[in-house]
Amino acid sequence: MIHSPYIRKPASVQRVMGLVLLALVPGITAYALKVSAGILVNLALASLTAVAAEALMLALRKRPIAIAVTDLSAIVTAWLVALCFPPIVPWWLTMLAVLVAIIVAKHLYGGLGQNPFNPAMVAYCSMIVAYPALMSQWPAAGSLSFDTQLGLILGGARDLDGMTGATALDALRTGLRSGASSVEAVLQGSAFGFFGGRGWEWVSLGYLGGGLLLLATRIITWHMPAAFIAALSLISGTFWLFDPTRFASPLFHLASGGAMLAAFFIVTDPVSGATTPRGKLIFAAGIALIAWLIRSFGAYPEGIAFGVLLMNICVPLIDKKTQPRVFGHRRRDEGGWR
Amino acid sequence: MLTALLVMTGIALVLGAALGYAAIRFKVEGDPLVEKIDAILPQTQCGQCGYPGCKPYAEAIAKGEAEINQCPPGGEEGIRKLADLLGREFKPLSEEHGVEKPKSVAVIDENTCIGCTLCIQACPVDAIVGAAKQMHTVVEPLCTGCELCVAPCPVDCITMEVVADTVQTWKWKYPVVEIREVS
Amino acid sequence: MIGRLFKFHGGIKPDAHKHESASVAIERAPLPSRLVVPLRQSTRASARCIVEVGQKVLKGQRIGEPEGMLGTAVHAPTSGTVIDFGRYTMAHASGLETRCVVIEPDGEERWVEHAAFDAERAGRDASLAWLRDCGLVGLGGATFPSHVKLGKGSGVDTLILNGAECEPWITCDDRLMRERADGILAGARILFRLIGARELVIGIEDNKPEAIAAMRAAAQRVDDPVRIQPVPSLYPAGGEKQLIRVLTGIEIPYGKLSADYAVQCFNVGTAYAVYRAIAHGEPVLSRIVTLTGNVARPGNWEVLIGTPIDELLPLAQPKADTNRYLMGGPMMGFALPRLDVPIVKGSNCIIASSPTLLPPPPPEQPCIRCGECARACPAELQPFELYWHSRARNFGKAQEYKLFDCIECGCCAYVCPSHIPLVDYFRFAKSEIWARERDNTAADQARERFEFRNYRQEREKEEKAAKLAAKAAETRAKLATDTTAVKAEASTATAEDPKKALIAAALARAQAQKASTEVRNTEDLSAETKADIAEIEARRKALNLTAAPPPALAPKAGDPRPDEAPAVEAEGSPQS
Repeated sequence: MIHSPYIRKPASVQRVMGLVLLALVPGITAYALKVSAGILVNLALASLTAVAAEALMLALRKRPIAIAVTDLSAIVTAWLVALCFPPIVPWWLTMLAVLVAIIVAKHLYGGLGQNPFNPAMVAYCSMIVAYPALMSQWPAAGSLSFDTQLGLILGGARDLDGMTGATALDALRTGLRSGASSVEAVLQGSAFGFFGGRGWEWVSLGYLGGGLLLLATRIITWHMPAAFIAALSLISGTFWLFDPTRFASPLFHLASGGAMLAAFFIVTDPVSGATTPRGKLIFAAGIALIAWLIRSFGAYPEGIAFGVLLMNICVPLIDKKTQPRVFGHRRRDEGGWR
Repeated sequence: MLTALLVMTGIALVLGAALGYAAIRFKVEGDPLVEKIDAILPQTQCGQCGYPGCKPYAEAIAKGEAEINQCPPGGEEGIRKLADLLGREFKPLSEEHGVEKPKSVAVIDENTCIGCTLCIQACPVDAIVGAAKQMHTVVEPLCTGCELCVAPCPVDCITMEVVADTVQTWKWKYPVVEIREVS
Repeated sequence: MIGRLFKFHGGIKPDAHKHESASVAIERAPLPSRLVVPLRQSTRASARCIVEVGQKVLKGQRIGEPEGMLGTAVHAPTSGTVIDFGRYTMAHASGLETRCVVIEPDGEERWVEHAAFDAERAGRDASLAWLRDCGLVGLGGATFPSHVKLGKGSGVDTLILNGAECEPWITCDDRLMRERADGILAGARILFRLIGARELVIGIEDNKPEAIAAMRAAAQRVDDPVRIQPVPSLYPAGGEKQLIRVLTGIEIPYGKLSADYAVQCFNVGTAYAVYRAIAHGEPVLSRIVTLTGNVARPGNWEVLIGTPIDELLPLAQPKADTNRYLMGGPMMGFALPRLDVPIVKGSNCIIASSPTLLPPPPPEQPCIRCGECARACPAELQPFELYWHSRARNFGKAQEYKLFDCIECGCCAYVCPSHIPLVDYFRFAKSEIWARERDNTAADQARERFEFRNYRQEREKEEKAAKLAAKAAETRAKLATDTTAVKAEASTATAEDPKKALIAAALARAQAQKASTEVRNTEDLSAETKADIAEIEARRKALNLTAAPPPALAPKAGDPRPDEAPAVEAEGSPQS
């Protein structure tokens, strides 16, 4: 017996995930053109691994395979993993990371909708801890030919000296550590472009464009990107105004590393993120704060992944404390929310 | 070495004292266990558990004399709740104590009743009214369905009737999670 | 205050599907071959049958007496013969049966004598009783008795008429407003006076311009100031709480009545029925029903209450691929369990559905916590949290998240990308919680009664022991007095006194107990029942005089006070 409502909006998980993938396309295009075409190989590799792992886990868990594989959620995870990784990591590292994301971070917690941590970020953090060297070899934007990149990805010699450059965030960190006089001096280096990392700034713009598409199609709400960007700008801006020789500008922070990818695609993961409107603001702002702290003072050049995982832990608490007012009730007057 | 030992002993003493104080100061005044068990039991007062009522059974469980699976009216759900409360393992309903039945009430066939008052004396919740040599009847909302009145009746005029769903008591079913392959 | 509108959170805009039937004028449905009139017109209250099988009834003749607080009268929708009184499937999602009076129409439509009711002169209470006796309930679908709703109306400022009709497909209120605007307004003015309101607002969704125009034209013809207020078409704007919010900005929380907030809301159909009841003395015998969906001839019909739906369907000519029929709208209605169920006062629409028109939902997928449901929820709940806890049968948590504030409008399930039947989970959780509350109340009552019985048995045992002890002592004393009769006259007095006192005390206790139980037993009863009891007692006395006198009821051994104790105790209230 089917009960009301008998009509449904033509919406589906598949459509949500498909739109997320579509929104990633501008960023990926910029990535492939301006930074490294090797990303395309990684994306393909990651997608295949993700679908295979998803199917395997569903079969082991005795769940219907077709419907869950076609919901595209595994591919979204795979793409996010690939986009966070250096484009020239060896093939096995990408595959391992995707396996960690799908099997450990997703299915061991009960599959789609049950994972408390963002699977892509779990993969990123475990890999950067396990393979710090491989995970920090980034090609200088547009410096390597596609063949070289393919060679690096598919194995062979990893004689990388001279081939790789540092990312903008890396260069800034090492520059400041090795006694450069100021941020400005470091930013004159070859790794930097107009307002972010050279080449990377275009990728960031691409992500921004895709993010706006997600906002327009109501896949995500404004809360998380706005809070993330605002919090990152605010904290970095405050310190930048306070001491511009030691702290980079908000624009630099927003256009470098994974800030834009995070703002629209990673922080906004609905499954592991906060769900109430106020909770979303707190959650995203918390990530921005942690990311900035790690970028500025931590041991890793990029801190968004750790920020996401740390805030994931806080989600149940945030959600509980930020329950919205219910129709007809005064705010938190009844029901014992304290 | 001696300092270290002394420091450790000191810490142990201080913490132990603090914990001991906390245990007394912040003692949780919980409901007595019997009350909690009794609250879970269905209050049918049928005695199928082997005790003369729900409260005595609760007392026996609390003392550890009785198993938690002796209450057929409480059914599987009742056993699960007891298992949760007492931190014991779930056990299926013990067969010697009976089987889970749908909720029923006793109905007296008014043509056969001779007015012997035996059922009135048997009823644990005084749900039967009547007087000697007068026809008896069951006050339906008060009947717990314990069946204790059935056996004493000398003319077998009491039957147990399953309570039918009414619009007020009808329940929506748990939604069936349909797992279908996309064709 | 003019024209200022408020918004409610969420809401959805499904395809309205109003044009199919909105342009078709109301027609009177032909008399069916039989009418199945349920005595239960809502889940809350039933009526007592006052006709017999074989009896001739006239149109409008009362066949069911209202019972209880929420009861309303039930009437014969046409003249004819009562051919059955039995259990028939009712128009409810459960498919349960209810007691119905089956009437075979004689086709003459002979009315029972009826006349207009002078509400102004009769006063408020008499008017409410009149509405109850006319079987007036909310015709918007909830069938809440109007006299009860009006009974709460003291200090109500604003009377709202609900003409929003926000559910897709339904057009019965739309047509009613277009065609019978004057009647609706007349009813509204009666209601207005009954509750002593100061302002009358009629809220109509702006996708019904003709209805708005018709109501405006009618409003011009009356002296009272009436505000015809178009409201934005956004489901569920026609929900009572939502409409009140839109028109006044007041939010009525769960468990509160709108009258507590100085607002009262009635459906336009109810207002029209009030007009018929007061101005013409006609009880509710028919209602407007929209027949639409997968049919060749959608339309709006004035249908007698009790008309079996399978006799109604040929009027709309359902298409061949129709696989089921819905009563009510597609958002909150239900699939009919059988087609012979009758139209009741709350049936506003029958939708024929086919697998292409209203396709079965796609398979349920896991919740991804996207929050779409929370954005759509007009009650501002977090449906995915409620779903989480309801699914896990964690009902306490579900209630913490305000499960009972859910109005079951279906917006959450409508938007869910995972196609989860969220409302099914909420309905399940709600009915489970209610069932548990019922069970708990019953268990508490049983516990109390059991404990009281044990206490009584204990007390009786003690009393008997005391009586026996007293008797033994008496015999002993008698023996003693016999032997020492002569020398110890003075001492007997002192020895006997305590015994006597003991017996007297026991007697007094028993008498006090008896008196108190008797008083307690009857004091809550209505005068009617008391009269009944007196009658029975009189009969019993007469019987006792002719048949066996009380002493002949041989008391059995070991049964104290056999002729009164159990009866009295069993009925007495268990607190002592």
